[in-house]
Amino acid sequence: MITAFIFRALDRNTYIVLGLLLAVGILLPLLSLTDPSFPLHVPTYVIALIGKYLCYALLALSVDLVWGYCGILSLGHAAFFALGGYAMGMYLMRQIGARGVYANPILPDFMVFLNWNELPWFWYGFDHFWFAAIMIIAVPGLLAFVFGWFAFRSRVTGVYLSIITQAMTYALLLAFFRNDMGFGGNNGLTDFKDILGFNIQAPATRGVLFFASALALALGFLICRAVIASKFGKVLIAVRDAESRTRFIGYRVEGYKLVVFVLSAMMAGVAGSLYVPQIGIINPGEFAPANSIEAVIWVAVGGRGTLIGPIVGALLVNFGKTWFTSGVLAEYWLFVLGALFVAVTLFLPKGVVGTLLARAKARPTSTSAPAAVSPIEASIAAEEGA
Amino acid sequence: MTATHVETSSPAAREKASREKAKNSLLYLDGVSVSFDGFKALRSLSLVIEPGEMRAIIGPNGAGKTTMMDVITGKTKPDEGDVYFAGDTDLTRMDEASIASLGIGRKFQKPTVFESHTVWNNIDLALAGVRGPFATLFHRTSLRETARIEEILDIIRLADKKEWLAANLSHGQKQWLEIGMLLAQEPQLLLVDEPVAGMTDAETRETAALLREIAKTKSVVVVEHDMSFVRELDVKVTVLHQGSVLSEGTLDAVSADPTVIEVYLGR
Repeated sequence: MITAFIFRALDRNTYIVLGLLLAVGILLPLLSLTDPSFPLHVPTYVIALIGKYLCYALLALSVDLVWGYCGILSLGHAAFFALGGYAMGMYLMRQIGARGVYANPILPDFMVFLNWNELPWFWYGFDHFWFAAIMIIAVPGLLAFVFGWFAFRSRVTGVYLSIITQAMTYALLLAFFRNDMGFGGNNGLTDFKDILGFNIQAPATRGVLFFASALALALGFLICRAVIASKFGKVLIAVRDAESRTRFIGYRVEGYKLVVFVLSAMMAGVAGSLYVPQIGIINPGEFAPANSIEAVIWVAVGGRGTLIGPIVGALLVNFGKTWFTSGVLAEYWLFVLGALFVAVTLFLPKGVVGTLLARAKARPTSTSAPAAVSPIEASIAAEEGA
Repeated sequence: MTATHVETSSPAAREKASREKAKNSLLYLDGVSVSFDGFKALRSLSLVIEPGEMRAIIGPNGAGKTTMMDVITGKTKPDEGDVYFAGDTDLTRMDEASIASLGIGRKFQKPTVFESHTVWNNIDLALAGVRGPFATLFHRTSLRETARIEEILDIIRLADKKEWLAANLSHGQKQWLEIGMLLAQEPQLLLVDEPVAGMTDAETRETAALLREIAKTKSVVVVEHDMSFVRELDVKVTVLHQGSVLSEGTLDAVSADPTVIEVYLGR
């Protein structure tokens, strides 16, 4: 059943994307381990940078799964990303052990600083990697389940849903800022030493983390592809196009939304968990509402309703951000981002990939009607009409 | 055939009497009232559809036709009154999805198809069968389902356009696709809201023929403004006005009814 499910997803484009991701995931870390005099040597900072982008791409993919395919515009996905990140951060904190500033074998530094005498119950188990790995998926999934259960059952849709997802991530931001929450407050979790016994700063560890990010993105892509190729995926698109019609032919829409929202939150959690060891810190800033909006912009730029689009969008926008913010124009980045979003909405409503796909499709069959309107175009037209 | 409102003081006795009357009908509405912010969309509406019957419902704008459809399909809950399906199923306690699964299909006034799906996928989605999220995740279309989809595409004459996106169909073709989706649901009762709005005369005639064909095996309720189309259907007509039944009978009989003439022409 599962194999057939995955097998259906494998078309030519999927093989190309998976092949590319795995090739990049293996080659770049290997090149970074070469001698700096080697002509193809890749500096470590490049690995850290692109590794970060790959995590962003997985976050973008998870946003696209709910927004591009089911019409749920979540402006709170950074919350799931950050929760996955905190779960990983807690594991990494426990690995520091007695090497902290206060040399307490059990308590992380910030707890000693707060004069706490014992580990809060919710930190139990995070000294085991397997436990943290489960929490990375379970905590965002549970939050998405509870949130989605109430929101979708009450039939909260459209802009109202977007607003409450913003409120959710903002509430978490404020909560995690508080010292007595037990997650390091304003400073968050940092000063990581080891992951699974390996020095987190070592080039080889960085290479493996990079590969893990590429692999996670490839798996996420494969899962999304399989979901979209199934009848479940067709129902998602049906919900996006005409929700009440879908109800009247007998589908319980809230169930579909809930399943896809939880799946998407779990993917965002995994992205966050791989982001944190590569960046070396997780703090409440990751919950900032602007982060979620930025993720939506990556998807819009790349092309929502295509699975390659969000990956391309996340990479493009973040390369742009890195390039722009390292120059003299750094302080104008947010204006550029805003202008980019407006420009894409006006001139490329299908995004970069969506536009290219529509063009590629239109050329060979320009005489036949089916290609005249691409799926995403039709959905956008339907939304505008509504 | 209008069911008279059951006048009994005790609710239990009233419900029992209602159920007794509903027993032999496919769809039974009695004393249904709905109001939105004080506006009474339905006032003690009563209507009985027999199994295998085709009924045309006409009435001026605001007569409550669409609200009646909403009540039957679970979109709107009535403030009071009984709605029973197949004799003993109380529709007022169910949601849209479970009512659809019971065998009540609905076609909207404005053609509502899944624009970014192909014609084939539109029918496939409507096809009676799996509905749960996990069932659809692992579902594979069986040969029997494929044959049924082909069959429906032939009936609605869209077999040669099965790979087309629904967005690219003409208005009339979308209406037909939606009727095809209704058929795919294998309903016992079809509620069809203005199926020929915006159609050419030829399309209107073909649609009437199609609905008559469907009515041979299923009950059909058609809401329509177009009188020539209603004449073409040649079935019993119910006239709604201000949320309740004004007149009922053959088209000729209701056309001759002075109260109907007054409502339609005004005085």
